[in-house]
Amino acid sequence: MSEPTRLSVFKTYKLYVGGRFPRSESGRVYEVTRATSAAGAAAKGKSRSKGEGGGEWLANAPLSSRKDARDAVVAARKAFGGWSGATAYNRGQVLYRVAEMLQGRREQFVREVADAEGLSRSGAGAVVDAAIDRWVWYAGWTDKIGQIAGGANPVAGPYLNLSTPEPTGVVTVLAPQESSFLGLVSVIAPAIATGNTVVAVASERAPLPALSLGEVLATSDVPGGVVNILSGRTAEIAAPLAAHQDVNAIDLTGAAAQLAAELEVAAADNLKRVLRPRAEDWTADPGTDRLTAFLETKTVWHPTGSLGASGSAY
Amino acid sequence: MPTTAPAFADATSSDSALRRFLHGLPGVDPVGLEARAASLGTRSIKATAKAYAIDLAISMIDLTTLEGADTPGKVRALAAKAVHPDPTDRTTPATAAVCVYPDMAATARAALAGTDVKVASVATAFPAGRAALDVKLADTRDAVEAGADEIDMVIDRGAFLAGGYLKVFEEIRAVKEASGPARLKVIFETGELSTYDNIRRASWLGMMAGADFIKTSTGKVAVNATPASTLLMLEAVRDFRAQTGVQVGVKPAGGIRTSKDAVKFLVLVNETAGRDWLDNHWFRFGASSLLNDLLMQRQKLATGRYSGPDYVTVD
Repeated sequence: MSEPTRLSVFKTYKLYVGGRFPRSESGRVYEVTRATSAAGAAAKGKSRSKGEGGGEWLANAPLSSRKDARDAVVAARKAFGGWSGATAYNRGQVLYRVAEMLQGRREQFVREVADAEGLSRSGAGAVVDAAIDRWVWYAGWTDKIGQIAGGANPVAGPYLNLSTPEPTGVVTVLAPQESSFLGLVSVIAPAIATGNTVVAVASERAPLPALSLGEVLATSDVPGGVVNILSGRTAEIAAPLAAHQDVNAIDLTGAAAQLAAELEVAAADNLKRVLRPRAEDWTADPGTDRLTAFLETKTVWHPTGSLGASGSAY
Repeated sequence: MPTTAPAFADATSSDSALRRFLHGLPGVDPVGLEARAASLGTRSIKATAKAYAIDLAISMIDLTTLEGADTPGKVRALAAKAVHPDPTDRTTPATAAVCVYPDMAATARAALAGTDVKVASVATAFPAGRAALDVKLADTRDAVEAGADEIDMVIDRGAFLAGGYLKVFEEIRAVKEASGPARLKVIFETGELSTYDNIRRASWLGMMAGADFIKTSTGKVAVNATPASTLLMLEAVRDFRAQTGVQVGVKPAGGIRTSKDAVKFLVLVNETAGRDWLDNHWFRFGASSLLNDLLMQRQKLATGRYSGPDYVTVD
């Protein structure tokens, strides 16, 4: 008798919404294929079926509908109070924990990024390392952004005047289309570091690293709903999110010019903060632009002690 | 004393006769009941039907505040919301009633003067129902004198579970008499009745004693209105009308928070009791947060955009 053949177990990629892994409410999926620019990828292809993109089929990803987007916003809103109310120090610890978990699954991400972006193993390894380092970098910013973006203001009166940055609220992030992992981390991490909660729309062509990131977040200490990850057609999911009255900001990084213009019009209805797409080099030092993009400034006036009738401080 | 329907004169003549009657009701198949309720919950209600259902559901709400911390100001705010649930859209129907504790009934009455919105008051030592009959009757009369159009009474679950059916029956009859012109809703607290058979028995007991409405829950215990228990009560009112010609209303209360849930209940009503009950004279929702969700759905249908909690009031 010959050795029984072992059947490999395929992974069902699912959305990450409210700390759970649902399929799309619509039941739809779409085919995700290997990047065609991969050097020698086609030659190595083991005669699997070709996906719609022409490249080798990798997996089916959920094709989210507007109702998935709505559910994600509900989850993000529910999580906002707890996450924005957590101490900055605690948020930093939680985000650092995410980096720890990413490190433990480095091999998986290297494989997924190599497939998604057509990189060599070493090239993908460098991208994943950069993404983990970036996560750590943003984790360190949680309890420092207040000093950079806020401060004591000199005022002409017997007052102490303080400005502190506060999170904007629920932020919709259209992740970059080309940089499926480093770019994704670079747009999600700064938004949640400052206390926002996020509904992220993954790269349309290469959503698998993003969906796997959901698994990492679920096994770190990030409360469910703080990050919600949807895959599917960016234009289809972004439209209801841009018009949604309970979304406070939208990052249009992953939208093409025409779509970005339409979404910005829809977003104007409830005065969402909009971050327009621009040319980005994801490997460069990101600076604090993305940290401060989704912050509001709260300013409080506090009387100083010299106001007392007796001249004493209280 | 209000007269009992002649058909039940024998059944209510003694404790043992009443017990024989109630225990003679057909047993409930719990698996079948829950499967039926679940399958009716999968109906897809879209577009114009959904718009109709949302407006109907809003018009059926007994907008409720039953907290120890209720203030006259809060009751007045709730009354204003009941009359104009969405101030930005005057086509929104008013709710059916405002439901408060008896000491707030006068405040609600004054705030709702000149409108069609009714004042409902809980009574009879709500929510536990653990008080002497005299106290319960005094509580009821107070509420009616303060201007309540509807009385929501609780049954004595302890007596019911101990088998004292006649005691419960006489108590409902006494409260019905004390309510005078006000419509009487009888709360069974289905979450405390343990079995579906008990819910069916309580429903018949309440209707035989003269209830104008039978109501699932107080909203104060862990298990509130479920689709299955409401379906069972809808079957009871349907059968009761078929047998006696008397129509009785149904009010699920507690735990209904989303428009989707509300529409599921309306499907249950239509498919079980029939169209005659699709009216706020015969079917009500006891709810508070449900109204905001219905308003958000209504705004979504009107504008095409998803709405958010910033666009409805915080109660």
